[in-house]
Amino acid sequence: MSLSLDEVRRIAALARIALSPEEAAGVAQGLNRVLALIDRMQAVDTRGIEPMAHPLEAETGVVQRRREDAVTEPDRRGELQQGAPALEQGLYLVPKVLE
Amino acid sequence: MLDASLGELRAALDAKTLSAVELTQMFLRRINELNPKLNAFITIDEARSMKDAQAADARLARGGAAPLTGIPVAHKDIFCSRGMPTTCGSRMLAEFRSPYDAHVIERFAGAGAVLLGKTNMDEFAMGSSTETSCCGPARNPWDLARVPGGSSGGSAAAVAARMAPAATGTDTGGSIRQPAAMSGVCGLKPTYGVVSRYGMIAFASSLDQGGPIARSAADLALLMNAMAGFDARDSTSLERPAEDYTGQLALELRELRIGLPKEYFAEGVAPDVLERVRGAARWFESQGARTVEVTLPNTALAVPVYYVIAPAEASSNLSRFDGARYGYRAAAFEDLDDMYRRTRAEGFGAEVKRRILIGTYVLSHGYYDAYYLQAQRLRRLIARDFAQAFERCDLLLGPTAPSTAFGLGERAEDPVQMYLGDIFTVAAPLAGLPALSVPCGFDAAGLPVGMQLTGPYFSEARLLGAAHRYQQATDWHRRVPKEAPL
Repeated sequence: MSLSLDEVRRIAALARIALSPEEAAGVAQGLNRVLALIDRMQAVDTRGIEPMAHPLEAETGVVQRRREDAVTEPDRRGELQQGAPALEQGLYLVPKVLE
Repeated sequence: MLDASLGELRAALDAKTLSAVELTQMFLRRINELNPKLNAFITIDEARSMKDAQAADARLARGGAAPLTGIPVAHKDIFCSRGMPTTCGSRMLAEFRSPYDAHVIERFAGAGAVLLGKTNMDEFAMGSSTETSCCGPARNPWDLARVPGGSSGGSAAAVAARMAPAATGTDTGGSIRQPAAMSGVCGLKPTYGVVSRYGMIAFASSLDQGGPIARSAADLALLMNAMAGFDARDSTSLERPAEDYTGQLALELRELRIGLPKEYFAEGVAPDVLERVRGAARWFESQGARTVEVTLPNTALAVPVYYVIAPAEASSNLSRFDGARYGYRAAAFEDLDDMYRRTRAEGFGAEVKRRILIGTYVLSHGYYDAYYLQAQRLRRLIARDFAQAFERCDLLLGPTAPSTAFGLGERAEDPVQMYLGDIFTVAAPLAGLPALSVPCGFDAAGLPVGMQLTGPYFSEARLLGAAHRYQQATDWHRRVPKEAPL
């Protein structure tokens, strides 16, 4: 299937990526080429096959480890916030969202 | 010494005929000489490298040196390293300073290795050519008009050009093995879970795996001994007893069963590449190994499956880049949503945006079953194909890539043309299997050809052994690139 410009704009909105009117046609063309490639998957009947999420689970039975729900990290708030684009009194500043 | 193996460097350091400081200075001079031409490094921090080298010399003087103490190693700029930039090849992280070291960086530091700069890569490791880097493309030391492969192209080019004796890379769909093949060096993607992903900037978490790039299989084994191991901070890190990856370098080739997947010796592969890889298979036969034709029937589906699963995971992983907590933020915006949208539009390059959009689409309501779940079902079939093949052989041999290095810009216009070049490398990470690439000759244009060995889970030492035996009898891996003469 092929994506229309409106669908491409909707996907870009979901992904929170601004798309200028000039870019949209080129982006749509690239996406449609990739979709034509991945649509080759539809030719295979996979009824009865379990989806595989973890690469080792099929053969080795390995499952993802869980850990105790315990505090393991020291407080490094100040250091971790040093890369923030805008900060005030230890809080991340973003544009106002509530009136 | 620029051309020395890690074993030879170790011997010289231990015999005190060379200090870590001298060795590091030698490689820094080489980097400064060649980097303007190859753009293999994004960050060169001489003061940091020299500090590491002095510490290594002190440790050597004290006694208690580890196998990599004093050995300079370059790291792909995807591994977070404290106190210096970690860009991941993206404008989004151009000014980023990591507050912590990746597990892999810690491991090499603990071993006393010298951090020899951070290498160029495709943006967020998304690419097969190192052309999508925000820092400009890296170039192939065999031909400056060609790409070194990608996404770990900076590491591969640096090792090929003797700017570093060894480097790290990461492999999601071939990003260690394909640049190793195209640059004429060796690269290993370990079994998923063997090398910790902690501090390795995430692209597709069920596929991403770090690994070494070096000039020989024996060197890869030494690097694996330092890189591999359990790390509680990566929930997919495997708890296994420590393994000596040099343990099977004397592998017995007699009666070794080598599978040749018929889909990997087919139309669409460059004739020179096929001929060199067949030549390597004949060499193994001459040593008493038995070759057997096997089939991986879902080979043609591996690229479509990969380009659903990897973008899906990428769209989720890269949602963290919001302009609020770290990284780039757009200069002008109207409201919070506009800040996100402009930050991501300006901070990400075209290929990264394309993959985020594909991933967002295949995970969106109404398409999830048809794309994402279908891809995960096919992923199981691809893993089963390998399991069935390994009932008949001990390892698989085939080309790493269908062609040798292609020209800069040649595949930039059509993403699908670029993606299809990954046909032989995407399947191993989908199945979680280990695979390596080593040089096996040159094409008519003088460009290196790589062969790929793929094995069952945790068979890294066997793969390294087979490759090492081949390298004892051949000198393809010792050839020096034309644009980086010694």
